[in-house]
Formats: sequence, structure tokens, C-alpha cells
Amino acid sequence: MADIGTLHYLVVAAALFVLGVIGVLTRRNVVIVLMSIELILNAVNLNLVAFSRMWGNLHGQVFSIFIVVDAAAEAAVGLGILIAFFRNKETINVDEIDLLKW
Amino acid sequence: MLSGLAIAGGLLVITRRNAVHSALALIVTLLAVAGLYLMLYAPFVAGVQIIVYAGGIMVLFLFVIMLVSLERTVKERQFNRIWPIGLLASCALLALFFSVFEKGKKLFEDRLVPAPTESVNTQKIGEMLYGNYMFAFEIASLLLLVAILGAVIMAKKRI
Repeated sequence: MADIGTLHYLVVAAALFVLGVIGVLTRRNVVIVLMSIELILNAVNLNLVAFSRMWGNLHGQVFSIFIVVDAAAEAAVGLGILIAFFRNKETINVDEIDLLKW
Repeated sequence: MLSGLAIAGGLLVITRRNAVHSALALIVTLLAVAGLYLMLYAPFVAGVQIIVYAGGIMVLFLFVIMLVSLERTVKERQFNRIWPIGLLASCALLALFFSVFEKGKKLFEDRLVPAPTESVNTQKIGEMLYGNYMFAFEIASLLLLVAILGAVIMAKKRI
């Protein structure tokens, strides 16, 4: 088998990214949309760490740690918003969350 | 193999009807990606990923799924009203990625940088965090504080 170069990791990261985008755009359940956002962030992290390996320094890994921290914060706040919304409207389908529609 | 597992996990996340299945598939994906980090000689990032992501965030997701998922959501439709447009947009994104890869394939040489010694990786990341990225480190802690406040306030019954 050929040597696993940087390009292979980039392809895997791109595939995960596209899967996450499909999940965000197509699912009805809001929790699954949030999980697809986490998928996207993981794909970006994989990209960063692969490039950090390619260049031989650690900047990419430090940046990816910051991204993990940021993903934790946004997941917490997003789920808090979801719970607050669910308390009012009792639904978690994105089709029915349309209180701001005209 | 690890990348196949990660992609399979990702597919399962976006296609399962039951939200708990999706969460478990996401945990599988996160662990597979952590394995990929280990292959890339990044043990600290792999450890952070497993502890924080797979151990913290996914547990939070599972809690919220238990709180929020009613019984009837399992029987309803699972793709929203505009799913053809979403699929089309994602295929356009995929085509864009393909074209970028084909154009830029020559930029990546095939030989890898010699593997760094593994025992100093955490130490070097610590040096960089407290050295170059000190400001970003403090801002990240501030961000976590704001997120904690926000999550607690959003979930309170009466403000």
C-alpha cells in the first residue's frame, strides 16, 4: 500500500465536512443538526493537524485545541437555547421552529 | 481503516432516525478521528479530543436528547422540507472540493517529515500555548466563562 501522505487526510477531512454539511441542511431534528456542526468542526481539526504534521511545527495542533474549546462552548450554549425553546414550544423539528416568520 | 470508520460513523450520524443512534455514531466518529490524530503524531490533541469532545460534549448531547426527545419524533419524517436543495448544495460543495484537489495535487510531496519524538509533544504544545498563544489562551478561558453563564441562564426557568 502506498505511503499515507497528507492528501489522504485532507480527503478524509473533506468527506467528513461534506457529510456534516449534508446533515446540517437536510435533517429535521435540531439536535442532529447540532451534531452535524460538530462533525464539521472535527473535519476542520483533522485538516489542521494534518497540515501541522506536514510542516513539522505545532501551530496547527494548538489551533485545533482552541477549536475544540470553542466547539465545547458553542455546543453548551446551543443546547441551552434548544432546551429553552423546547420548554415553550414542545417541538424539535426545524420545520416547525418558525416563530419569526412573517 | 480508521478513516473508513470515521466516514462510516459520519454517514450514520446523518442518516439515523433515532437521535441516540446518531449520538453514538458521532462518538464512534470522534474516536476514529482521535485515532487518526495519533497516526499524525499528535498525542495531546488526541487526548484532548477524547476527554473533552467524546467524554464531555457527547455526554451533554445525550443528556439533552433524553430531555428533549419525545416518543413521536422517532415516527415522524426525518428529512426536512427542503432536502433536495440541501443535497444539491452539498454536491456542489463536493464538486468544488474535487476540483480543488485535482488542481492542487502536485503541491503535496509524498515523503513525510521525519517523525518527532513523542515524549515531548505535550511539553512543546504547553510551551507554545503559554508562549506565542498566551493571549488566545486567556481569551479562550473568557469564552468558556461566557459560555457557562449563557448556558446556565438559557436553561433557567425564571431569570
